[in-house]
Amino acid sequence: MELLFEAVIFGILLGCFYAAVSIGLSVSFGLLDVPHVAHPAFLVLASYGVYVLNDRLGIDPLVAGLIITPLFFVLGLVMYRLYHEMFEKRGSDAGVRGIAFFFGIAFIIEVLIIMQWGVDQRSVTAPYVGKSLRILDMRIPYRQIVAFVVALLLTILLTLYLSRTFTGRAIRAVAQDQDALRLMGADPIRIKQWAFGIATGVLGIAGALLIIIAPVEPTLDRAYIGRTFCVVVMAGLGSMSGTLLAAIILGVSETLVLTLFGASWAPAISFTLLLVILAVRPQGLFGR
Amino acid sequence: MKRMKVDRRTVLGGATAAATLAVSGSSVRAQSAPIKLGFSMAQTGGLAGGGKASLLGTQIWADDVNAKGGLLGRKVELVVYDDKSSAAETPAIYAKLLDVDKVDLLLAPYATVPTAPLMPMVKQRGLLLIGNFSFQVNAKVGHDMWFNIAPWGPADSWASSFIDLGQKAGGKNIAILASDQEFAQNVAAAAKGVATKRNLPIVFEQNYPPTTVEFASIVRSLKAAKADIVYVASYPPDSAGILRAINEIGIGDNVKVFGGGMVGLQFTAVMENMGSLLNGVVNYNTWLPEKPMYFDGTKEFFDKYQKRAVEAKVDPLGYYLAPYGYASGQMLELAINATKSLDHKALAKWIRESEVKTIVGNIVYGPDGEWKETATLMAQFRGVTDKNVEQFRTSGKQIILSPEKLKSGEIVVPFEKARS
Repeated sequence: MELLFEAVIFGILLGCFYAAVSIGLSVSFGLLDVPHVAHPAFLVLASYGVYVLNDRLGIDPLVAGLIITPLFFVLGLVMYRLYHEMFEKRGSDAGVRGIAFFFGIAFIIEVLIIMQWGVDQRSVTAPYVGKSLRILDMRIPYRQIVAFVVALLLTILLTLYLSRTFTGRAIRAVAQDQDALRLMGADPIRIKQWAFGIATGVLGIAGALLIIIAPVEPTLDRAYIGRTFCVVVMAGLGSMSGTLLAAIILGVSETLVLTLFGASWAPAISFTLLLVILAVRPQGLFGR
Repeated sequence: MKRMKVDRRTVLGGATAAATLAVSGSSVRAQSAPIKLGFSMAQTGGLAGGGKASLLGTQIWADDVNAKGGLLGRKVELVVYDDKSSAAETPAIYAKLLDVDKVDLLLAPYATVPTAPLMPMVKQRGLLLIGNFSFQVNAKVGHDMWFNIAPWGPADSWASSFIDLGQKAGGKNIAILASDQEFAQNVAAAAKGVATKRNLPIVFEQNYPPTTVEFASIVRSLKAAKADIVYVASYPPDSAGILRAINEIGIGDNVKVFGGGMVGLQFTAVMENMGSLLNGVVNYNTWLPEKPMYFDGTKEFFDKYQKRAVEAKVDPLGYYLAPYGYASGQMLELAINATKSLDHKALAKWIRESEVKTIVGNIVYGPDGEWKETATLMAQFRGVTDKNVEQFRTSGKQIILSPEKLKSGEIVVPFEKARS
């Protein structure tokens, strides 16, 4: 029983980490309908950026994540413009060709990381890495607590931004009706570019969490493609709070299955949940 | 009719002469053409850290041989492809090496997973294959031209030496945690076999998928099992995650020895990253900077390797794999020079019947193509500090506990005490 209780706690913490690495995709894929399969590759690239700042200058990983966030925002603006000019603008098969484009980008990022930093694992040092909080007999790693807090903050900030600001509302509108938005005097392409910038910028912080949670290596993105897309689709495309809750459901399911049936079954959880959700509620748990 | 006969003779004679010239011409070209040594190597993916170091070791051997004039009067050329650490890549790569690149000889890729799918093919075609750190891939195939360069020895010797240490320390039961892939499963199966043979209860047995990124939950379950001996068979990305989780969650005071088959803790970058978290872990290794480990050419090899490793951005120390990459080439070199041939059967016969003198020691093979006697080290990390590569260049940071002839100190138990 004690083990099950701990499994739930650890599942919630793990789920919040999944939410943090998926929330950018929730904007780019969920709201903008861009098949951004390079999302995990950008995530790993961000974690290497954090590694460099931590290793060379001794900057705290979270602060390093904040520092690189504007750079990733600009990178996102450029990426979307490229995608729009090359695919979206040219026709209806943008989705399929876009997948190929982003796969290519992911491979290029992977190779660039290998050329620059080699294939070895990289990690960061911080006061909260490698230590844990003791509550009675239970010990919770601080790095997971950090991921939990940051994921909550990210979700709250993005939810507020998308619901309370003009640009945020425009981003939500562009996902529903571009023509109506154009009639309101806003340029849907610029709005989408801005949103893609935000989706990529958020990866600065998410990349910091990735390398705080575990050491990174150039091909780590492959481990996250399934999980991040599962969270976003399960949540209901474009729902920020839904992304957090879907990620927690995934995290808790994984740890419970691991505790009760063994770790071998854990990877099957994300896709089983995904299949069930798609069959029972195709719009996702929190989609409309 | 007569004239016609003369014409026919002339034509036939001319053709014969031309054919002879062509054959002798191609023979001359063949003599001067390089000897092609083909293999794939993990240069990207989870195994790349080790793969690149191993490749550099073999490249240094090729450069040394070519500097001496090559083999049989021909230069040695390495034909290498990146297998991305994937078993899905290697069958096609080796088919290309044999059928398109027409290589003369083969080396196996680094590690068990990429090597396993090649075994039926090399057996079917009757090819010599020098294995590169795979574990028991020939056990079921039974290819008599397979020779593993890794010093594992008999299948259960690795697990036996670890469990010996645990039992001597008072261990009464064992937990086995293994990655769900070929190498780790083979290693774990050997440990399970030894435990069963010794009536040692297995109180925890779990496989985790290679895509696992967070080990806190697994370590909690492991801790709840209250095992005395914990045998872990993990791959590089997981080993660091497991150790970090153990540091945070704890493993319990009853654990006497922890480790055994953790791949990755031999790599400099991982050792540097993990630092003091390594202390207390008893793990396998293949080469450490202790006096008994130096043979003819070992020091010279490391001098060359460590200079080139910096430029190549590979493991700066290269203890684990690089000298064995060199030794693979040395073994072929000795066999070719002794038999004056590139015939796979002749080379295999020579290796099988000889004591092969290399920079990693003298190797004698058993009938299964593994070292007749194990030279796998079980060593305990001690007094390791954080972020300091240089400490690993000196002796005393990894105390060799077995085999007996290479022992450099005594084990410290329990695990929690050894960690502090």
